[in-house]
Parts: sequence; C-alpha cells; structure tokens
Amino acid sequence: MPLSLEEVEHIATLARLELSAEEKARYREQLSAILDYVDRLQELDTANISPTASVLAAEGHLRTDEPRPGLSCEALFGNAPETEGKQFKIPPVFE
Amino acid sequence: MELTEFSLMQAISALFHGETSSRELTRACLERIERREPSLHAFLHLAAASALAQAEAADRERVALRRTDPQFTDLWSTKPLLGIPIAVKDVLAVEGLPCTAGSKILEGFVPPFTATSVKCLQKAGAIVIGKTNTDEFAMGSSTENSAYGVTHNPWDESRVPGGSSGGSAAAVAARLVPAALGTDTGGSVRQPASFCGVTGLKPSYGRVSRYGLVAYGSSLDCVGALARTAEDVAILFQIMAGRDLLDATTVEAPVPKIDFGVGTDSCPSLRGLNIGVPQEYFVRGMQAEVEAGVREAIRVLEGLGAEICEISLSHTEYALPVYYIIAPAEASANLARYDGIRYGPRLEAESMWDIYYRTRGRKFGAEVERRIMLGTYALSAGYYDAYYGKAQKVRTLIQRDFEQAFEQVDAIAAPVAPTTAFPIGAHGDDPLAMYLEDVFTLPANLAGVPGLAFPVGFDGTGLPVGMQLMGKHFREDVLLRMAYAYQQVTDWHTWEPNL
Repeated sequence: MPLSLEEVEHIATLARLELSAEEKARYREQLSAILDYVDRLQELDTANISPTASVLAAEGHLRTDEPRPGLSCEALFGNAPETEGKQFKIPPVFE
Repeated sequence: MELTEFSLMQAISALFHGETSSRELTRACLERIERREPSLHAFLHLAAASALAQAEAADRERVALRRTDPQFTDLWSTKPLLGIPIAVKDVLAVEGLPCTAGSKILEGFVPPFTATSVKCLQKAGAIVIGKTNTDEFAMGSSTENSAYGVTHNPWDESRVPGGSSGGSAAAVAARLVPAALGTDTGGSVRQPASFCGVTGLKPSYGRVSRYGLVAYGSSLDCVGALARTAEDVAILFQIMAGRDLLDATTVEAPVPKIDFGVGTDSCPSLRGLNIGVPQEYFVRGMQAEVEAGVREAIRVLEGLGAEICEISLSHTEYALPVYYIIAPAEASANLARYDGIRYGPRLEAESMWDIYYRTRGRKFGAEVERRIMLGTYALSAGYYDAYYGKAQKVRTLIQRDFEQAFEQVDAIAAPVAPTTAFPIGAHGDDPLAMYLEDVFTLPANLAGVPGLAFPVGFDGTGLPVGMQLMGKHFREDVLLRMAYAYQQVTDWHTWEPNL
C-alpha cells in the first residue's frame, strides 16, 4: 500500500528532516516501492523463530570501569559551529 | 619496474633490502596520484606533505635500526609496514585529517582521534597518504552518492568503481597506493574490489575494531582491506585483527597464523578443504561472463585439490529485503547525532528545532534521507513488529542457512555481483535497482561471516570479473589461503588497467 503524503510528512518530522514539496512527492513514490518490495518477508512463517540479537556466539565483554585519559575540551569543542566557554551554544529553548 | 607497480609484499621486501626508500616510494605514489587523479577522483583529501615527512622519518628509523639489528629481525614482527603509504576510506577517522564520510553534513570536520584499525597500521609503520571517496555514509554501490562527485573506474572511466569503498578500490587498481582500507556493511569492500579487479576482505563481524568508524549499520559494519593480492590483504588483516577495549563488539579470538606454504617450491595444495557452491547465487538475468568466470575459477580451486559440492542457502532471496529494513533502521538511529550543534556545519534558524530540520534536510543527500526515513518508519510505533521484528527473525533463518552449510563445507564460492562494473548513471534515480547490486554480498553481513573477493577474469569489454569466498566465523585464514593458492596458478590479479 503506498504511503500517504501525511505519512511521509510524519516520518520526516520524526527524523528531523526539512523536505521540499518535490522531495516529499519523490520520496513518497520511492519509499512506497521499497516497502512494497520488502513486504515479501511476510511470505515466510516465522512464528517459532527468535529474532537475531547478535551474530556473535560469545557474549560481549565489559571492561573494568577505571578512569583513563580522554580527549581534551579543546579537541572536543574544536569542531563545534558555536561555543561559549566549555559549552555548545544554541538558540534559547525555553521562553 | 616502477615503484608503484609493487604489491604491498614487494614494497615491504624492497624497503627491507634497501632497494628503495620510503621517501622514493611515497613520492612515486604522490606523483602517480597527481597524474591519474584528475580523471579518477579516487581521493577526497591528500596528505602529501605529512606523508612525505613521515616517509623521511621512517627512512631515518630504518637507518638507525640497521646499526643495532642488521637483519631487521625485530622489524618483521613489530613494524612490518615501516614507511609504506596506504589510503584510508573517508569514513575512518585519522587525527588531523578531514573526515567527511562523503557527506556535506561533515564538511570541515577534523576528528581529534584516530580509528583503532588505522592506528594498528600506523603502529606497524604505515603512512596515511590520503582519504578516499565513498558513497555518502557508505550508503551506495557506486560512489555516485558521494556529495563530492563520483569516482571513475580505472578500467573504463565511463563506469563506476563500485561502492561504497569505490575510492579505495580505484586507488589500488590504478596503482596509486599498494593497499587501502575500506568498510563493508552490505558488500562495500567486496563489490568495488570485484568491479576494479583487486582483492578485498570483509572480516568476520567482531574481528576488527570499529572505533573511529563513522557508524552506519552497527550490527553489520566491518572494517576491511583492499590490495592486489590475498597475501597483501592477509598482512593488513593480521595487523588490524583483535580485541579493542574501545569497541565492545570485538572478540578475544585467536587470529590463526596464515600458512601460505611460502618458501616451498611446490604449488600450495587445497587438499582436504571443501568448497560449497550455492545454487541460489547463480540466478537468471546475471551476466553470462560473470557466471562463466566464477565457474571456471571454481574448477581451478578444484584443480588445486579442493572438493567441490553443490549446496543450498535457501533464504538467499530474502537477504535483500531483510538488509533494507535492518540497515536503514540502524542508520536512522546512528545518524540522529548529526544535528548541527556539536560538529559539522550548522544552518542558522530561529529555534533549535529548526536548526535540526534545516541542517539535516539540506546537508544530507537523497539516498541518506531515504534510508533515514525508511528506518524511521520501520522503527515507528505500530510498524516495529511488521518490519524490524520480522526482519530480525528472517535474519536468524539466513544465519541458520550458513551454519548448516558450514557443517558440510569450509568455504562457499559465489559471484560478488550479478554484473561487471555498470556505466555511471545507469541506475538513474531508481534506488531499488541500485539495491539489487548487493544481492550476493548482503548475506555474509547479515550472518556476520567473512567474505573475500578477488579477480577471476575479464568480460568481453575488458572489465574485471570477481568471485567471493565466504567462510566460517573467524576463519578468514581459510579464505585467504584458498585465494592465495588460486593466485599462485593464475595471473588475473596482476593485470593492470591501461590508463
């Protein structure tokens, strides 16, 4: 079933993407075709199959929680578009 | 012989024997890059000055070592790559060099850290000469999704090099560097290796650290290597493999020593090894020359002593729909971090929310937006079970196919892609047609098993044909041994594009 324009707009909002009218129309068509294609999975009976949690047979390991050297503030803030002191700067969020 | 014609092993050997210097080798690579790059566009960033400085330092280190250890006995084990220039796909962080992942949303980003895989090679003495082109966030099969322009296939510049590690594959094929790093989430090392006629390894999931890799599909992403020969790829793989505290998915598993039978005059034998040929990988509509090339290569492996048998991986046709739910779902979560706040460019707006919408909407390319939206939809309320949940169950069936096959065989031989390199623009704006390029490579990622691609011939227009071997978890050594044996009795891997 093809996606509606409203569904495309809802997904774009969830994904925080600003789209033009032309992009919405194009993605609506393309995403509908892809979803149509992946729907063939419904042919398979998976009632008694567990979902894959990991492809690794061994469980993941945890490291000991010990302090170790990390990156400096200068290094971390060096790529930010706007900073003030040791903080990332953004427009006001609260009125 | 020109220095740039050296394979990695030949370059290592020439440096050890003092036949050339790292400075000469690095200069030769840079000069060749300068000549070829305008028509290939394999690189997004070159680090010529720092590479030459490191090469000179490597030469000095070698001179100093010769005084204390004239036979370089320690060097073989500690710094085998001393002074060797390599290229790195632009999704792996190298401190001080730009890292764009082929995206405008990371334009100008210079990571303050280095990926563990790269660091391992640097510790072994390697020099990063530049960062190679990739589809944006490694999402694509041609490099056409790079925000910085397509890479051209050195065998025919009107064709794609494959992707997403197309820049690395083209650079190795065009003899710009002896070896390069790539990454493989759904075939992104193996398919470009095949399209460009080089050897490329996707290791087992959990084998090589992904710390410092720009994340795409975290349950699938693997860091791999591309070079001219299986022996070269094995050298890089053994240096990178192992547990890393900075990547909790890496596993403490011994890296088997790869015994090529080097030093013996007799041809290496594959006696005692079984290779399965899955009927599902020889489909209608595939290029006849690809099927013929792969079947002939299988006969060569048989001639080397391997037992060949037909097998079935019955859920193969479902790998593509499973992948195009799981990978976009994981991508939609991983790419949520690009917000215009902490790094990368920001498009100004009145509110923080509008900064998010505008920066992401304008800086991500179309394929990345499609996959983010697809993944967001598949994970959204009311659709999770039907899409993501279902896909993870079918993924279990695909894994079981491999487990059952590997009770019977040591490796699986198959084509890498249904065709040889396609023309630039061939798939236009049809994402589904492009996804079908990955049909034979996705299953190994979904099952987490290793895959090795290498050249086995050429089609009628002179484009390379590749084959892949898939293996048991953590048995890359078996695949490398088979490809090495194959390359001892064939010469496809030595063919060079006529640039």
